[in-house]
Amino acid sequence: MGPLIPNGIIPHEWDSIIAILIGIVFGFVLEASGFSSSRKLAGLFYGYDFAVLKVFFTAAIVSLIGMYYMDYLGYVDITQMYVHPTYLWGAIIGGIIMGVGFVAGGFCPGTSLCAVAIGKIDAIVYVIGIMIGVFIFSELYFLFEPIYEGFFMGNITLIDSLGVNPYWFIFIFTLIAILSFVISDIIRKRNKKIFY
Amino acid sequence: MKNNQKNRHVYWNPYFGGFLLGILILFTFYITGRGLGASGAMKSSVVSIVDTVAPTHAENSAYYSKFISDEKSPMNTWLVFEALGVLIGAFISGGLTGRINWRVQHSPKITSKRRLAFALGGGILFGLGAQIARGCTSGAALSGMAVLSTGGFITMLAIFGSAFAFAYFFRKNWI
Repeated sequence: MGPLIPNGIIPHEWDSIIAILIGIVFGFVLEASGFSSSRKLAGLFYGYDFAVLKVFFTAAIVSLIGMYYMDYLGYVDITQMYVHPTYLWGAIIGGIIMGVGFVAGGFCPGTSLCAVAIGKIDAIVYVIGIMIGVFIFSELYFLFEPIYEGFFMGNITLIDSLGVNPYWFIFIFTLIAILSFVISDIIRKRNKKIFY
Repeated sequence: MKNNQKNRHVYWNPYFGGFLLGILILFTFYITGRGLGASGAMKSSVVSIVDTVAPTHAENSAYYSKFISDEKSPMNTWLVFEALGVLIGAFISGGLTGRINWRVQHSPKITSKRRLAFALGGGILFGLGAQIARGCTSGAALSGMAVLSTGGFITMLAIFGSAFAFAYFFRKNWI
């Protein structure tokens, strides 16, 4: 029963090898979907290209439905999965800062790595920027510590916070995603086409 | 050669790419019990650079010291290997479709100098934000959403909400 490495079904020595293999597929899928182009990514925020929305939401739904299906069928134990912890204000403030960085620089860290791999100089500069940002955070850690360590709510899920049934939540979330795909196509047809 | 130039901007259908990405996230959780990530590798790089240049400073720092141990280098982490894989995978995909070349991609309305300045500034902000939120679009938002993490959903909404809210101020760079 999964997860395989934590439960000792695959030995720990395989960890790094599997990491590289997973990374290769991750990079390939992102690049082939066009995520190595900052102008395609930024299209979401100006309504001329909705690839980010479609890829991102489709991936979220497929992984969510798949996860709960595998849990239901007994292939994985969902309670053993690592749940990203919730530090309320860290998530909000960090997210807002990342959003500004996204629309200013046109990449997020994963997509910038893909763009570096195909020789985009702006992406190389962007990655250097990220490292400077990490450096600033680390040097001024005492300033950020209250929001970084504070408002900790545990490794909670939406089931705990909203008190909803996960299956109903996933069903409604899927409907919202499909609706957003339909709306995004309507908006894109209305907007002027941009070539890049 | 001609075929390559024609195909340069032909990308996968976004639903197909998204489906494969979803399967990959599922597979990653099934094997390792955790999700994907990207900014973690850059954090490890910064930690190991600082640890090499100024080891005492790194050990005394409250933040760097969390990621330094005597047994292994800060670069010997799952996320660094995964990031190396991302570079290889993107290189293969870009190579097969003829998209590899050195260039600065920017809107014809702006200079490449301006593009690079905004890329640097955007990178700095993203790096800072990703530390505050403990993860970026991959680690916090995408992988968090796969297990219904509340923090993952909040970070996702904050990133895209703020990007839409501030898009107006950066419109000249893109459209």
